[in-house]
Amino acid sequence: MHVTRDFSHYVRAAGEGVQHIDLAVEGVHCAGCMAKIERGLSAIPDVTLARVNLTDRRVALEWKAGTLDPGRFIDRLEELGYKAYPFETESAEVAEVAESRFLLRCLGVAAFATMNVMMLSIPVWSGNVSDMLPEQRDFFHWLSALIALPAAAYAGQPFFRSAWRALSAKTTNMDVPISIGVILALGMSVVETIHHAEHAYFDAAIMLLTFLLVGRFLDQNMRRRTRAVAGNLAALKAETAAKFVGPDEISQVPVAAIHPGDIVLLRPGERCAVDGTVIEGRSEIDQSLITGETLYVTAEQGTPVYAGSMNISGTLRVRVSAASEATLLAEITRLLDNALQARSRYMRLADRASRLYAPVVHATAFITILGWVMAGASWHDAIVTGVAVLIITCPCALGLAIPTVQTIASGAMFKSGVLLNSGDAIERLAEADRVIFDKTGTLTLPDLEVMNAADIPAEIFELAGRLALSSHHPVAAAVAQAASARSPVVGAVEESGQGVRAVVDGIELRLGRPSFCGAEALVADATRLDPEASIVAFGKGSEKFILSVRQGLRPDAQAVIAALKARNIGIEILSGDREPAVKAAAHALAIPEWRAGVTPADKIARIEELKQRGAKVLMVGDGMNDAPSLAAAHVSMSPISAAHLSQATADLVFLGRPLAPVVAAIDASRKALHLMRQNLWLAIGYNVLAVPVAISGVVTPLIAAAAMSGSSILVMLNSLRARSTSREIA
Amino acid sequence: MEILVILVPLALMLGGAGLVAFLWSLRSGQYDDLDGAAWRAIADDEPPQEAPAKR
Repeated sequence: MHVTRDFSHYVRAAGEGVQHIDLAVEGVHCAGCMAKIERGLSAIPDVTLARVNLTDRRVALEWKAGTLDPGRFIDRLEELGYKAYPFETESAEVAEVAESRFLLRCLGVAAFATMNVMMLSIPVWSGNVSDMLPEQRDFFHWLSALIALPAAAYAGQPFFRSAWRALSAKTTNMDVPISIGVILALGMSVVETIHHAEHAYFDAAIMLLTFLLVGRFLDQNMRRRTRAVAGNLAALKAETAAKFVGPDEISQVPVAAIHPGDIVLLRPGERCAVDGTVIEGRSEIDQSLITGETLYVTAEQGTPVYAGSMNISGTLRVRVSAASEATLLAEITRLLDNALQARSRYMRLADRASRLYAPVVHATAFITILGWVMAGASWHDAIVTGVAVLIITCPCALGLAIPTVQTIASGAMFKSGVLLNSGDAIERLAEADRVIFDKTGTLTLPDLEVMNAADIPAEIFELAGRLALSSHHPVAAAVAQAASARSPVVGAVEESGQGVRAVVDGIELRLGRPSFCGAEALVADATRLDPEASIVAFGKGSEKFILSVRQGLRPDAQAVIAALKARNIGIEILSGDREPAVKAAAHALAIPEWRAGVTPADKIARIEELKQRGAKVLMVGDGMNDAPSLAAAHVSMSPISAAHLSQATADLVFLGRPLAPVVAAIDASRKALHLMRQNLWLAIGYNVLAVPVAISGVVTPLIAAAAMSGSSILVMLNSLRARSTSREIA
Repeated sequence: MEILVILVPLALMLGGAGLVAFLWSLRSGQYDDLDGAAWRAIADDEPPQEAPAKR
């Protein structure tokens, strides 16, 4: 059968007979890699552009249309020592990048205006106490207005839009007091300038926007970076399927290019990338990523298979169906939708703060105006004082208090291998006091391990590993991996469903089912020791050995569980797997509370029960069956190996083999929440000091500007303390 | 104080030039890869090519 690779889905025209492709590349981390890749790829004739982006770990390539096959670039990178995968930018990431650029443009405009208005304001401030002529002052005020008004109209857009959205939905958010403050400050300043008054607040208004845009940009940049990493990881998974393009011809195409009704080939050891029904062939499949069950299921004609299933023994032909046709998925999707709807709309700390803050501030300003009028001041003076109160209380530090901490905390989490899917996840994670773990793929690793490698002589194990290289069976692959075998045994023959055999130096080697190797006698012992493991036998002449292969616990699972207990966090296991398997894991980790054979609906019921009791549940799971409970929990986490649906539902995603990121994320988020609260108090404390000054009517633009920048800098410096997160467990 | 007539527009023009430069650098993608740019500055120059690229 002839197999071709088809990347045409990722190639796009870049004008003038040039084609463009983006590749995500693994392992690029320094200038050396960058130069090596760029030179290596530019050396291919007809390549017009090869540029590495070190931040996003991607390569952009352009070449003359029709001269080269994109597969060649991937081969070339492979020769250079890098694994590369074609990359398709998700629409979500495109939107984040566009938003990020827009905020940076706004920030540039606001910063330019602030600097120039300040340059005009300082002579006015110092001139007011010396010998500045009123005409000169007016001239400077008009110039300030000329700069500040258009700049604020442009750079204030993010705030005005968001405030308008909130008001149209009859709620309020942080942007409502900001917008009111800025618009009133600018409006009043124009009126004051017309009346040749001494003070105008153009500088305060535009500086406020600059500071707030810094916070907004940091927040946005954090999300953009997470998206870029998540996008790369999706590309690195390289989800392709072998699609039949002719009766006997298959082409390896990306999943995105496969449609319902297509027929794909699923070989042993491959993970299914589509949902569908088996139309030909017979095999065992591992559905642990979907159901949590580690026992293999027999698949034959008519059996539905889901994306994420691993094919174990035979070759299958699968007809692709639309996602909704599969019954199991439909059930999970229904539960997930219900859970998402019921998800209590968590109110972010910033919005909660501003919900209290806005009415207080606006009432204070209003009372100030009335108070001054009753005390005999003119309406004009009273309104000027009232607006001064609004300017001084404008939540400048409040707008920075949370995004700055979030940015720094997410950077610290990123370093310990945790990506944030949602912005408020930090706040919710910090509140978690109970963790529910799924077993399969979460507490255990998704790949198989040889459990008794230490009991087998090293040279025998190595030989078994080399022989295993000739088999497609996933268990054999695990043996080969464990023995770090590189060179396959020459002349090895695979007997389908039995094992592999070869003859080396006149001695027959066999690896496979115990019956195939004549090692039935040893099986009873091994099964008694570890009833959950798959048994593989290895025979060298008359010497027989038994290898027991199973999914191992994550290397640091015990330490992590102990660390969580030390933090007074309750732990339990809810697994869809059978009782003996769950019991063994719970026992090894000393977790007293566990349930086995739990359905997705049961998991949700358990979470609801805990919620009723007031617990804040962190759900950590990877399977498709966990997706609804991930949505139902207060906050949720998934390993990067999780099913798509679960990964998209979880609030946080962690990378790599260790479980330590779970603890690291909890620690970082607790510290971050503490700092956020502290920052809010700092901001409020500043207001408590400044408001009486404003009410008394002695605030000059100089005082407003100094107070505003002072409090913002204080809050930013405090946020930097989130950097020093302790990395070690225990 | 007539000097203001020259100095103020001059100051604004300089500020405006800074803004235009910033917007241009943003548009031309100079902030897309900050890590890479830092390394490129200290990378060795490419060795001169022995022969012009053959097409």
